[in-house]
This record gives sequence, C-alpha cells and structure tokens, in this order.
Amino acid sequence: MEAAMGLMRRIPPKHTETALSALLSLMPNHSSDLLSQVDQPLQVLCDVDCGKEFILCEYNRDADSYRSPWSNKYHPPLEDGSVPSSKMRKLESEANEIFAIYRDQYYEGGSSSVYMWEDENEGFVACFLIKKDGSKTGQGRRGYLEEGAWDAIHVIEVGPEEEENTSYRLTSTVMLTLTTNNEASGTFSLSGSIRRQMNMKLSFADGHLCNMGRMIEEMEGKLRNSLDQVYFGKTREMVCTLRPPSEVAQMRMPES
Amino acid sequence: MAEEEEESELSDKQKVEIAKWFLLNSPPGEIQYVAKDVKLILNDDGLFNEAASEAFPLYNKSHFIVLPMSDRSGDVLVTSFGELEDNAYLDPRTAQVAIVDHVKQVCTGVRPAQDEELATAYIEEFRFSLDAEILKYVEDVYPKGVCSVYCVNGKDTEGPGSDFELAVVISAARHSPQNFCNGSWCSVWNIVFKDEQQTVEVKGKLQVAAHYFEEGNVQLDAKHECKDATLFQAPEDCALALSSIIRHHETELHI
Repeated sequence: MEAAMGLMRRIPPKHTETALSALLSLMPNHSSDLLSQVDQPLQVLCDVDCGKEFILCEYNRDADSYRSPWSNKYHPPLEDGSVPSSKMRKLESEANEIFAIYRDQYYEGGSSSVYMWEDENEGFVACFLIKKDGSKTGQGRRGYLEEGAWDAIHVIEVGPEEEENTSYRLTSTVMLTLTTNNEASGTFSLSGSIRRQMNMKLSFADGHLCNMGRMIEEMEGKLRNSLDQVYFGKTREMVCTLRPPSEVAQMRMPES
Repeated sequence: MAEEEEESELSDKQKVEIAKWFLLNSPPGEIQYVAKDVKLILNDDGLFNEAASEAFPLYNKSHFIVLPMSDRSGDVLVTSFGELEDNAYLDPRTAQVAIVDHVKQVCTGVRPAQDEELATAYIEEFRFSLDAEILKYVEDVYPKGVCSVYCVNGKDTEGPGSDFELAVVISAARHSPQNFCNGSWCSVWNIVFKDEQQTVEVKGKLQVAAHYFEEGNVQLDAKHECKDATLFQAPEDCALALSSIIRHHETELHI
C-alpha cells in the first residue's frame, strides 16, 4: 500500500485516473484503501429534481449510486441507500446553502457540495467539495486557458461536544490543472495536488457551521498562496536552475 | 499464477503493460524509485523484468539520459540518434561507442567506433564545427548541460551534391530528491542541409519537465516547437549561424 501511494506521488497528476484504475486492477484487495486515500479529480452529476449539479465522492456513494445534497436522493435511484440522520441532514442542508454562497463569491461560478455523517465517536464528519472549471470552454471568465480545473476537498472531523470547546480536524486537498496551448509558445501544462492539515479547538457558541466555515476559508487562502509558491515558484526555480535566464548567465552561478 | 494475498484478474500480458506504463511515465530522475514500487506491487520478478527490459530503453532514449562512460573519459548521451544496436550508443565527439545496461542505467563498457559507424570527412567537417559551437553555447548557458551532434541522414555523403541532416541534442537534468524536486530540459534540433537550394532548415523541439513532491505532487510539462532557416555556407559559418539561431529560440522559451 505504501508502494502504491509512492507511485501516486510520482505519476503525473493528469494521469491520476489511469494510474488509480491500474492500481485497483493490480491490487483488488486494497480497493477500499486506495479509493479513500487517493484523491481523484472530482466529477459532477446533475440532480434532475432541482436542476443543480452535485459533486461525486466516496462519501456520498452507495453501491453505484450517488446521493444529491440538494434533494437527499440517490442518482440513479437506490432503494435503502444510506442517508444521514434527520438532525445531520438539517445541518447538511444548511451547510450546502451557505457553502454555495461562499463558493460563488470566491470562485465566480463552479459547483459545491457538502456531505455529513455521524461517526463512531459521537462526533461527525463533514466533507466540503468545490469544483471549478476555468477553461475557456468552461466558466473561465478571463478566457485564456485550454484546460483549467480547481478541485478542492475539505474533510473536517468534528469531535464530540465537550464542556467549552469542540475539536475540529481539517484535512484539505486542492488539485489544480492548468494548460495553455497557443501557436507562439507551444503547450504549457502545470498540474498537481497539495494537501494540508489544520487542527483547532473552538467554542461551540458560534455554531458548527460558522467554525467550519472559518477554518475552510483560512485554509483555502493558505492553499492558494502555497499553490502560487509551489506550483509557480518551485517549478520556475527548477527551470531557472536548469537553464538560467540570459541576464544571469553572464555571472557564473555558485554550485548550490 | 501467483496465489498471494492479491488475486488480480489480470492476465500476465496486462500486468506487464501496466508495469511498463508506470515506468514510462516516471518523472525525470525517478524511474528507479518507481521501479522499486512497481516491483513490490507486481510481486512477480519475471513479469517485472520483462516490463523493465522493454520500458527502460524507451524511457532512457526519450529522456536523453546522460551516463558517465565506464572509462571516465566523459559522458555519453543515450538517444535514438546515436543508437547503433539495442545497447550500444555512439558518442561522435570522442568517436567511441558506449555499451549500456538500460535497466541499471549505467555504461558498462566503451570501445572505439568503427569507420562504418562514423560519418565521412565531408560530413564530419560540418558536424565537428557545429559541435564545437554548441559545446561553447551549452557550457555558457547550462550549468549542467550535456550536448551532442549526430549525423542522422546522409552520413556516407562524400562531397557536395546531396542533402544531409544533423541532429543537435541538449540535455540538462537536475535531481534533488532530498529537496523533493527534480527537473529536466531536453532540446532536439533537426538540421537539414539542402544542397540544391543551398539552404539549411532548422526545426527545434524543446521539452521541460519539473516535479515537486513535498506534501503533494506538482508537475510542470512544457513543450515548444519552432522553425528557422539559414544559408548553406562553409562549415564554420554554418555552425556560427546555427548556434545563434538555437540560442535565440531557446532563450525565448523562458516562462
């Protein structure tokens, strides 16, 4: 399993789906581990009852059907598909409404979904997902990209409500793909994923949604900055190390 | 069929294809790490070796890997242009042939090149002059670049009257696994000398790749193609014109 995760960190991110299905066929006994640990680009389905899109992931899947957070129904329909308790469902609905507003403000489009379920420790787990297609054929408002996708997965484990504070553990993964393709400069493709964690103990007074929302907002801000530094920064640094831009070539760079 | 914990439904052939796919898609400098992981998962050394023996040569040639020659006389580039047999690669600059073990990625022996493997004196004048200019350019611009010039067409041309083609290969790699970062720059310039028109046509293909994998997996893949041309002149004049064309186009790629 460690070897499999090692491979997933090396294979080009644009081949994630092919690599994952290759691993699933080589290691069928590990399929549930692989599916839950490997992040794949998110896919969406349309909830025909309310005309909204919802995002698919392991957390809203039962057999081969997926539950829509808008109507709480499975697509394709599934008898006895597992659904959250009514208390969870209420929180989940509210979360979806609020998150959609957040998503529209930061992303100017895209799709979002929130799924929640109770866990064995009297707490619960919430998964917030965002998918944005920024390519020029998608919802790219600035219109340059041949391919541009931002997929964010935030999983928050909420501890049981204690005296004053509740503990929240957030694990976030952002997968980004950018490709430009033009006559003059050829093809340029940058893609990848990064993952971060954040633990906080917050007072329940403001409510779960407020706490979780704040954590996610802070995390997304940090991830977006990291992406700038990592994606553009590190890779550019590598290219400049391979072949320093002409102004620098005049001086001999010290061996670093 | 290996009856271990995993009972995969795949045929041996399918498993070999999958193993090859993982090996071929390894980022620069990481094929040995990928090989280790694939071998473990495949859990069948016979199948792994079959996949490795097919995948490694392809990978090595498409990434223009640089290997130190076993007699420490310099480096040899593994490319399809210099391939004489499955594991023998010509280094035109030193007129030697390096024997290579693809899977281990080492040069295991060196021998002098035979006359039939080298170009004629007429062609060699052009090849040599261009090689000298490119070497200067690469040493100037690439901290760790390796280059070579091959004759890929018409190497037996005795004198003016026919077309011939040279290929310039530049390969630079930077491996820093401790910093979770690896990268490579490869450029190939195909240069066709057209005798009748007295022109030289140039086609360049550049490919840059970088991989950063601390707490994630980020990869850059940039490709660029370009064309240019110059006049068919004496070898040294051609060499100067060509290396200046190459320098100009490669500098433009900068992100």
